[in-house]
Amino acid sequence: MAPSRGEVLQGTLDLIVLKTLDALGPLHGYGIAMRIKQVSEDLLKLNQGTLYPALLRLEQRGWINSKWGVSENNRKAKYYSLTRAGRKQLAAEAASWERMSALMSRLLQGTEGA
Amino acid sequence: MSGIRTIAVRLRGFFHKRRLEEDLDAELRQHLELLAQENIRRGMTQREAQSAARREFGGIEQTKESYRDLRGLPFLETFLRDVRIGFRSLLKRPGFTAIAILTLALGIGVNTSLFTVVHGVLFSPLPFLAPDRLVSLWERNLSDDFPSPYNVVSGGVFDDWQRLAASFEQMAAIGEDSANLSGDGGPLPEAIGTRFCSYNLFPMLGVQPIYGRPFSAEDDRHGASGTVILTYGLWKRRYAGNPAVIGRTILLNTKSYTVIGVLPAWFGYPDTRVQAWLPVRHEMPVEDMQSRGNHRFLVTARLKPGVSPAQANSELDAIQQRTHQQFPGTLAGKAATVLPLSENLVRDVKTSLYMLMGAVGCVLLIACLNVANLFVARAATRSKEIAVRAALGGSRWRLMREQLTESFLLTFAGGALGGFLAYASIRWLVAFREDLPRAGSIHVDRAALMFTIAVTALSGVFAGILPAFSATRKQLLEPLKENSRSLGGGRTRTRLRRLLLTSQVALTVLLLTGAGLLLKSFAELRSARVGCATGNVLTMGLSLPEAKYEKSSQKVEFFEQLLERVRAMPGMRAAGFVSVLPANGHFEDNTFSIAGRPPLAPGESLDAVVRAADPAYFTAMDIPLLRGRFFTAAERLENASFAVISESMAKKFFATEDPLGKTLIIDWEGKPRFEIVGIVGDVLSDLNRPPEPTMYFSLKFGRFSYGALVTRSNTDVKSFALPIQKEIARMDPDLPVSDVLTMQQIIGKSTASAAFDAVLVLLFAVLALILAAVGLYGLLSYLVTQRTNEIGIRMALGAQRTEVMRATLLEGLRPTAIGLLIGLFAGGACAQLISSLLFGVRPFEFMIYAGVGLLVLIISIGACSYPAWRAARVDPIVALRYE
Repeated sequence: MAPSRGEVLQGTLDLIVLKTLDALGPLHGYGIAMRIKQVSEDLLKLNQGTLYPALLRLEQRGWINSKWGVSENNRKAKYYSLTRAGRKQLAAEAASWERMSALMSRLLQGTEGA
Repeated sequence: MSGIRTIAVRLRGFFHKRRLEEDLDAELRQHLELLAQENIRRGMTQREAQSAARREFGGIEQTKESYRDLRGLPFLETFLRDVRIGFRSLLKRPGFTAIAILTLALGIGVNTSLFTVVHGVLFSPLPFLAPDRLVSLWERNLSDDFPSPYNVVSGGVFDDWQRLAASFEQMAAIGEDSANLSGDGGPLPEAIGTRFCSYNLFPMLGVQPIYGRPFSAEDDRHGASGTVILTYGLWKRRYAGNPAVIGRTILLNTKSYTVIGVLPAWFGYPDTRVQAWLPVRHEMPVEDMQSRGNHRFLVTARLKPGVSPAQANSELDAIQQRTHQQFPGTLAGKAATVLPLSENLVRDVKTSLYMLMGAVGCVLLIACLNVANLFVARAATRSKEIAVRAALGGSRWRLMREQLTESFLLTFAGGALGGFLAYASIRWLVAFREDLPRAGSIHVDRAALMFTIAVTALSGVFAGILPAFSATRKQLLEPLKENSRSLGGGRTRTRLRRLLLTSQVALTVLLLTGAGLLLKSFAELRSARVGCATGNVLTMGLSLPEAKYEKSSQKVEFFEQLLERVRAMPGMRAAGFVSVLPANGHFEDNTFSIAGRPPLAPGESLDAVVRAADPAYFTAMDIPLLRGRFFTAAERLENASFAVISESMAKKFFATEDPLGKTLIIDWEGKPRFEIVGIVGDVLSDLNRPPEPTMYFSLKFGRFSYGALVTRSNTDVKSFALPIQKEIARMDPDLPVSDVLTMQQIIGKSTASAAFDAVLVLLFAVLALILAAVGLYGLLSYLVTQRTNEIGIRMALGAQRTEVMRATLLEGLRPTAIGLLIGLFAGGACAQLISSLLFGVRPFEFMIYAGVGLLVLIISIGACSYPAWRAARVDPIVALRYE
């Protein structure tokens, strides 16, 4: 469970998914997984299966919604897109994440300096 | 907001399960396909691509499972599934289910009904204004001959307290009497129970008449015109609930009274026998209200806010001490007792109710233990199934929940049935226990309902949790490794069952001991030698109204004539008259001195029970003459100056000299003197108390105007009830007869509560015994079945059948023996707690403990012998093949 192995921290997956949908527009689950893989350059080890419960949770909270569409291989696929509430949530979470990360880096530097 | 939304979508998920499941399937399949295609593009073969895709995706089923948890209402879903499984597995074994439900229904039912009674009687607040400040006041230790903390208060002492005590806001006296009601156009004269009270009683209690007005200070005065307030019951019954009765005049003991009010229906203080209320100072002679020695009032008072009963008590104690210094020799309490009114009303039944509550608690505990035991036994047969499921990833909580759901299903079925049982039995209970005070406040209310639900839930947890733990304990894989031939299988489980059984036996023994003690005590009570004839004796109460029978000679003539007429009836063997019947209470005593003895020290006095009897009473009732003679018919009025004393009075006051010929000077008006002419056998006034020193005076002395006629016949004496009543009506059409009872009924009445307690506890104990026997039988049968294999091997190796049988029997008897010991010790401890309910039995009556021990042992041997016999009959060849 050491975080160094690049496992997704609880809660960060939500932020990642929201940001992905914000950046790329409507995507199906596979697309989101690929995007995460691509961006993290394999630093983040994600069991792609865990994405689906996360998507459902976000949808239940009203931050994303889903629609059935047709995929690249001409199959039925479920496309997820960001809602207005989701956009707001993303902004809020991004801000808090930044505050936190700034705090962490200040803290860590401070410790090194001492 | 988002909470509601989540619930809404989850509800949707719950109801559209199938469609959503298909959607999820499609979505995940699509994902995997895309992954595989990507892999093929990278140059993998079809098979490699697919398995790599699955690797990358992770567990598909886990994903679905956690997705489902989010989507629907997983708790509800699994709960419903558990309930379904539970129902199915319970219905599969209807015998087990029926026994368990019945056991629990009984346990929960008796608990609910008793709780309802206890709650109503002991805990519901009195229906009065600010009831927590209401107290009852008593004089304590009136005389050394009859020491008691609860003596009724005399008018003089009541006055002292009212004048001097600062702890009380107000104080009211209540006196008991009865009156002959007539002159109201009603069909027949009627003897009714009446009470005198201070005018402020009703306002103090916060009780407002539904019609008319309460008493005023003007009414509560000597010489005021007569006023009466009717109780609701009398008003409904005799006056058909007509409000126009207010202002009407009725005759009580031939004196006229104006009806000024009607009390509300719920008012039943101090008991429900009261029919009418009269103002005390109007009724009682002035000198009686001033006398400190004439005790006859219940005093109810309201404490000032912030004053505790203990503070008030010490203030009254001090007043009583001063009274004794100031007036040495008065027969007033040396101290006082202040008791909260709510406690005072129930002090006689409290221990009995708590004991019954304890007993039914035991019954429920036994029922739960029994059900738990059945579950453990059942879990044993399912241990492999459970182990397999655990190995496949069924969580421990999940498995336990299944077990708990099942036990909850059982207990709730039991609880529902028990609730009905309770509802039916409460009415029976209240009807049976006539002596129960505050019966009006007993009803199945929300508290009782909550109690039932709570007890049911608790039983469910209790009966389910132990089996659940044992069925799913840590070494889940053990049963899998055990094959059918392993020998030590399920040892822990057996230990648990033994423990359950031991507790069950202990509780059973506890109940049996209690039942034994109560039964013995009841038997002692019933067989207590009252000291007079009790079979085929008919009694009826009479009270001559003072207004009509003013002169002593009138009273004497009436009684003489009555007895003469009754004796003349064909078939009548004997008839007599006595002021207070045996076994009917203490009722009346008086102080006296003995002529020729040096005067007593101030503050000391002699005191004995007073009875008036006609000359033939003793022979009629078979009360033996020990020495001297009875009264004679010729001794009338002032010539009847003779006394007959009881044996215990002779022993107490004439230890060293001959009482015959001595003269008693009674502290009545005029200090009349009576020569002792006879000594008779003791007669009990209270069945559960030793005989009290008693002095009899002749009815023909003319002082007494009330009492009971006793008649005996060779045929069924009850058939004389009507002819005698008709004869009385011929003599005085306005004279009512009360309490037409046989002596057996009178004795039965005073032992009814003891009988009730004993029978109820015995019933519970027998129930417990049956359950314990069934439990023992089950455990041992289980052990034998489990060990058939082992027994077979032993026998193949040469073990004797008798040896096997003995070993098996001992196996079953060990939990019995331990439980028996624990139960006997606990029984001894509890016997101390209920010693106030016991009469003529010591709490450590050896015979009862020995009897209970023997009984439990015999029953256990009986329950164990069949399985043991079966063990001895095991055929080694068959056993070794036994799966």
